[in-house]
Amino acid sequence: MRQELTLHGNTALLTRANPLAKFVAVFLISMVLALSIDWVSASVALLAELALFPLAGLTLRLVWQRGWPLILAAALGGWSTAILSADSGSVLLDVGVWSISEGSLTLGLGFMLRGLAIAMPAVLLMSCTDPTDLADALAQKARLPHRFVLGTLAALRLVGLMAEEWQTIGMARRARGVGSHGNPMQRLRATLGQSFGLLVQAIRRASRLAVTMEARGFGGNTRTWARESTYSVLDIWVVLGGVLIAASAVLSAVSAGTWSFVWLSRN
Amino acid sequence: MGAADTGVRPAAVTAQGWGWRHAGRTQPAVRGLDLDIRPGERVLLLGPSGSGKSTLLHALAGVLGGEEDDADETGSLLVDGAAPRSRRGRAGLMQQDPETQVVLSRLGDDVAFGAENLAVPRDEIWTRVHEALEDVGLGHLPLNHPTSALSGGQKQRLALAGILAMRPGLILLDEPTANLDPAGVLEVRDAVGRCLDKTGATLIVVEHRVAVWKNMVDRIVVLQPGSSGQDAVFLDGPPDRVLEQARKMLIAAGVWVPGYVPPTRSRLDEQNSSRLLLSAQDLAVSRETPRRRGFRTIAPEPVQVGIEAEVRAGQALTVTGPNGAGKSTFALTLAGLLKPVDGTVTASNDLSDGGGPDPYSWKADRLISRIGTVFQEPEHQFVTAKVLDELMFGPRHLGRGSERVDELLERLRLGKLVDANPYTLSGGEKRRLSVATVLAAHPKVLVLDEPTFGQDAATWAELASFLSELLDEGTAVVSVTHDQEFSAVLGGTELRLGPSEPATARTEAGAA
Amino acid sequence: MTDISASTARPSYNWRVVDIVVAALIAVAGGVIFWAWSQGANLISAPANAVYPPLTGLYIGGWLIPAVLGMLIIRKPGAALFCETVAATGELIMGSQYGTTVLISGVLQGLGAELVFAAFLYKRFNLTTALLAGAGAGLFGGLNDCFSPWGWNIAYPATDKLVYIIFCAISGAIIAGALSWIATRGLAKTGVLSSFASRKAATEPAFS
Repeated sequence: MRQELTLHGNTALLTRANPLAKFVAVFLISMVLALSIDWVSASVALLAELALFPLAGLTLRLVWQRGWPLILAAALGGWSTAILSADSGSVLLDVGVWSISEGSLTLGLGFMLRGLAIAMPAVLLMSCTDPTDLADALAQKARLPHRFVLGTLAALRLVGLMAEEWQTIGMARRARGVGSHGNPMQRLRATLGQSFGLLVQAIRRASRLAVTMEARGFGGNTRTWARESTYSVLDIWVVLGGVLIAASAVLSAVSAGTWSFVWLSRN
Repeated sequence: MGAADTGVRPAAVTAQGWGWRHAGRTQPAVRGLDLDIRPGERVLLLGPSGSGKSTLLHALAGVLGGEEDDADETGSLLVDGAAPRSRRGRAGLMQQDPETQVVLSRLGDDVAFGAENLAVPRDEIWTRVHEALEDVGLGHLPLNHPTSALSGGQKQRLALAGILAMRPGLILLDEPTANLDPAGVLEVRDAVGRCLDKTGATLIVVEHRVAVWKNMVDRIVVLQPGSSGQDAVFLDGPPDRVLEQARKMLIAAGVWVPGYVPPTRSRLDEQNSSRLLLSAQDLAVSRETPRRRGFRTIAPEPVQVGIEAEVRAGQALTVTGPNGAGKSTFALTLAGLLKPVDGTVTASNDLSDGGGPDPYSWKADRLISRIGTVFQEPEHQFVTAKVLDELMFGPRHLGRGSERVDELLERLRLGKLVDANPYTLSGGEKRRLSVATVLAAHPKVLVLDEPTFGQDAATWAELASFLSELLDEGTAVVSVTHDQEFSAVLGGTELRLGPSEPATARTEAGAA
Repeated sequence: MTDISASTARPSYNWRVVDIVVAALIAVAGGVIFWAWSQGANLISAPANAVYPPLTGLYIGGWLIPAVLGMLIIRKPGAALFCETVAATGELIMGSQYGTTVLISGVLQGLGAELVFAAFLYKRFNLTTALLAGAGAGLFGGLNDCFSPWGWNIAYPATDKLVYIIFCAISGAIIAGALSWIATRGLAKTGVLSSFASRKAATEPAFS
């Protein structure tokens, strides 16, 4: 996951939508899905999301290549829910502290699918949204203070550089005899030292970057924008799409009788 | 100077008894500065480190001080008769580190950034962006070109474009080419020259390599440290006269005076058939580690393939080639810090001493007593909070005494700094310390990545002499460098890497 | 420029450009460190998750470092909240298993630390405050994970939730609190904090 999810040169339809509209749609889906742990609403949303991937310029292969850690994490989350949640129905597995019953397994499965259905639209969002456009929208449309938005954007640009520097510092320290091998305690100390080295460079770089930005007149109250962040008809469709996915997930779960509101889902 | 049609009005600078003490410091960085710079003048600012050159440029750019800073200002410093902080956009500043001269990730946005902050109307901004990119020679790139894909020299030219788009009357350059290779230096210098000819703006440049700027400026001002208790300006006048009168002072201060190469120790004798310590066979190198894609592992794309090299005791090997050719990557692979993508690095029995032929598989303490690597940025290698601990780190790890450390302290003039925090040293001191810390473990092979980059003449000469001494004592020295004078002092062979063309990269070996 | 009048050493609550950029880059660097760190720590966290999932609470402190470290360095109201939110945004861009809800988690965790610093009126930045702020961030993070609809531990039984939250607070105090405090002192000694009030951090007493 070294590289950002954002694709350079992506020209898919959804790249042209306003980032705020995309964000609202994705956020809405996530919130609605979060309200229930059931496999129906999660599956419906997940399928709809997968159907949208081509519009964002994503293929299943790309998703798997970039998103496998998320998929792994979702599986792990389902697992921990399955072994921890209160048992109901017949017990399928019981080894000491672990016990998995039909009820907890359903819950675990629903949990896993829900996790994926919440994680995937974020992957979709970021793969068709340039952070620069997002910042433009946040400052111009959402009216967040531009000094903070642009300061953050400029710092985020250095993430790749920081990752490279992390690797370089690791090698440089090995050349001094600080090994990345050894027992966990030694490794922990080596990692802490490396982190400190990176922090020093991060603060040095940020201080210089701040000087560069101030010297270019940044920090005043008024500024113009070379590129206007605009809404278009597409954005209406994007938001409507979000509403549609969220609604169909809820409706299908309710009609299938699987909808279980999170705060009441103690079976 | 055709300033009329470019909308640029050259700025005037006046300083009267100006001084500045940074917050948390006891001594002022600048004291009693009296200086008058007329509109359109081009000034080169020289002086020893600590003479407040950067402080002055920052003050003129209006980025010094702020509400809560308990800094101290004395006298007055004015741009066009007003305080610089109130005249944002009148001055544009370029600093040394290209990475932090770029603000945004798209080429066009980055140029527009300054103009946006000055509230220039949108249409006008894009006119200025196109013009500025043309002026610095980046007009051929698309506006959404990712700025991270630019070379160091291009990044600095981009920064210049961003400055030009503000239409400043005063251009301030703070060692703009210190982090660039020779080609990048000329690229940036020439772009600055063209833009000044066009706009007629006032220029103040700080740079310790005088030859780069000498023919472009019409005045040199030499500053001295504010801690000296004297007034800031040591000498002021036309370039030739100042260089003649202040020659001694400038040489002592480590400034690269044109036509003067600091004296260095010469090699005693170069043995040609000494013991082989380390060799590379058909080596392919990359900085990337293998990537995981789903369940598959994908080997990284090498930046350079088919490298053959030999490192022999008491001999120097200089690695040269254009930017991005993978010189550093090769050196780090040779030094056992990166895993070869393909081919092998083999340590001879003389070097490995029973540790096996593959340096990459050696444990860290085994590695440092055999191959020492000095990185380009000294700070990357600091592991403690005190100079003495820093030097003792290797020997302690290896269970050795401090004899070698005492010798290095003396030889590299670090004796007075033993209690200082390594990060607080000056650039030259950091360089000397980083070389000393690696040598404290007594490696048989020393690998250096751009050791002379950005160094002043004094540190340069000291380093070159010291390495030539080490070579005569039998240490092998591998250095990645663009610095031909430096390679000449060390002698030995040159390994020239071609431009990175992964599939067809060629390497040529020849005598240096 | 003439009237700086530093006579009354009252800290300004206005954010300068350098405050914003350094705070944001601390958060970004924190993200990089944590990303690298978690590569190796998967070895520890996966078995913990398999054996007794609430143990993973002990690991949360790593995510909370930006909140405490950012505030200890910048020393301006909102620094903890800002840094943690930026860190969460960075995580979202890199691809987060929590989807967009990672932003809410970030805001809440930052708020937990921010409230502690605010309770000390942004005047105390010693070890005690750092430990409490770390614990506060951990507490809020734990509560979020256990009780908000998007929390990953929402289906845990009550005792496990309690254990998890306690683990989070402990982890926050030690990893985010103590480590950040030590790091700030180390950074102050290197001179990189010269433009911040925290440049004196190395000579400030640990308590009082």
